[in-house]
Amino acid sequence: MEGVMRSDAKICGESGTESSPRGLGCSLRHFACEQNLLSRPDGSASFLQGVAEKSREWLIRNTCEAVVLGTLHPRTSITVVLQVISDAGSLLACCLNAACMALVDAGVPMRALFCGVTCALDSDGTLMLDPTAKQEKEARAVLTFALDSVERKLLMSTTKGLYSDAELQQCLAAAQAASQHVFRFYRESLQRRYSKS
Amino acid sequence: MKETPLSNCERRFLLRAIEEKKRLDGRQTYDYRNIKISFGTDYGCCVVELGKTRVLGQVSCELVSPKLNRATEGILFFNLELSQMAAPAFEPGRQSDLLVKLNRLLERCLRNSKCIDTESLCVVAGEKVWQIRVDLHLLNHDGNIIDAASIAAVVALCHFRRPDVSVQGDEVTLYTPEERDPVPLSIHHMPICVSFAFFQQGTYLLVDPNEREERVMDGLLVLAMNKHREICTIQSSGGIMLLKEQVLRCSKIAGVKVAEITELIQKALENDQKVRKEGGKFGFAESIANQRITAFKMEKAPIDTSDVEEKAEEIIAEAEPPSEVVSKPVLWTPGTAQIGEGIENSWGDLEDSEKEDEDEGGSDEAIILDSITMDTGVEVSNIGSQDAPIVLSDSEEEEMIILEPDKNPKKIRTKTISAKQEKAPSKKPVKKRKKKRPAN
Repeated sequence: MEGVMRSDAKICGESGTESSPRGLGCSLRHFACEQNLLSRPDGSASFLQGVAEKSREWLIRNTCEAVVLGTLHPRTSITVVLQVISDAGSLLACCLNAACMALVDAGVPMRALFCGVTCALDSDGTLMLDPTAKQEKEARAVLTFALDSVERKLLMSTTKGLYSDAELQQCLAAAQAASQHVFRFYRESLQRRYSKS
Repeated sequence: MKETPLSNCERRFLLRAIEEKKRLDGRQTYDYRNIKISFGTDYGCCVVELGKTRVLGQVSCELVSPKLNRATEGILFFNLELSQMAAPAFEPGRQSDLLVKLNRLLERCLRNSKCIDTESLCVVAGEKVWQIRVDLHLLNHDGNIIDAASIAAVVALCHFRRPDVSVQGDEVTLYTPEERDPVPLSIHHMPICVSFAFFQQGTYLLVDPNEREERVMDGLLVLAMNKHREICTIQSSGGIMLLKEQVLRCSKIAGVKVAEITELIQKALENDQKVRKEGGKFGFAESIANQRITAFKMEKAPIDTSDVEEKAEEIIAEAEPPSEVVSKPVLWTPGTAQIGEGIENSWGDLEDSEKEDEDEGGSDEAIILDSITMDTGVEVSNIGSQDAPIVLSDSEEEEMIILEPDKNPKKIRTKTISAKQEKAPSKKPVKKRKKKRPAN
């Protein structure tokens, strides 16, 4: 099983000043994905989320191990190759999404799907979902969560920077809200893919 | 994983087809597969598809001190990588013969043909020059890597823009893209590789061999040429003897192919330039064909996060207050801390409090860490708690003898669960630390 991950940057007109402190960051950038684009690997997916370089293998590996039903495949190695094409922020989240789509495309049985959501907290405590590279750089704290699709529970979390426990819970709640959207995207893209029988 | 070998009948079939001037994908002898070029949002990033072969090209630059014997010349660096993604047979981190061969050929084709004006990359003679690095990643291997890679390298170089610099006295100023428009590299010509596969000791010839054809070929001739029909590199491998006429014929074919490809590249570059100028959408997202059934896009979507604060408050309110932490940590140097001095060891207590923290975090909304609760469910653990003391004291052997399929597995499982549950909390902090490392 191998997956390609690609993402490229899109800055969605966020230069305007926002009146509500929340409105600004709380949206997910556009998504696009293409499955089965490579012929040699068993499964492949390219995933674009508004965004490149080598990354957080370990985190992704642990997340995948948590959901893949490995016991069904004794003596099998599943290799997930992620190739980052460019980084426009929320890289780890995008990697997780790409890995999940590639696993789905390869037809690997999983306990649940998973998605990655990145939240950023800037200096005045504003919560931003799916931050761009610039927002990530300026943020006081960046939190990335992996959530499963069945119970919306946490599979993995990694954080950088300072935040309070209240903020952690807020980010988690926001990530859960955002995950709904990502899972809807998964569902719709798969529905489209298998619409012709 | 090793490459699946080609069976004898497949080999015979392919060769017979070639003898009958037929190709499996319906192409004629001199046909190239479809070439598609798409660009990323960043300058110098492109993906070239040659049929199903896909190469990603990325160019980056850096200010470095020049080589001693070439004080006024910039440095060009090429690196092709064959990842496991492209084909399972490629091992990561290993310099295979193929990889070395391809990299050398690329260098000869691009650097030694002086397609880039390296002198223009000089900022301060003998002190600062630009190092241009071209990274090529093979994403999918379906034959003819070299052609796809050379096209990707040329396209990426043409597309790339380096930051503008100015020199005033000894001071070198680097401008960000916002301050001054980045400048393109000065490219003299575009050398492009064209591969010819030979079969039956050179009797049959095919342009742009795919992976299957490459496996049965006897020899390969790679010609690098620019649109002015100047040969930049020529390499014959596989140990076949070629006649002069054959090489000349190949160079003629190459001339035609290179002209076509160059035109395509220029068109693609112009297109991208136009879109960028007009402020339209560009990047890989746009190159995904929307009508394809395997592709799907979703626009930017707002997420309602108005109730986030309440939710968080709820969770925190429900959770038990965190236990008292030893106040007044002693700070010796930044980055270190000591808790209390000369006080009795209180590590045991600390561990307990950690456990509690864990439970709080797991208040249904959020954190419970999957597997423990999921697999075996609450039921089993309840049963376990009822007769746990007896079960645990029993030796395992005895259990094995009693043939009660219902009870036994449960008992054993309960055991493991209870063990897990005890372990889990103390494990977590360690895990967290591990996770942080790669992020830094």
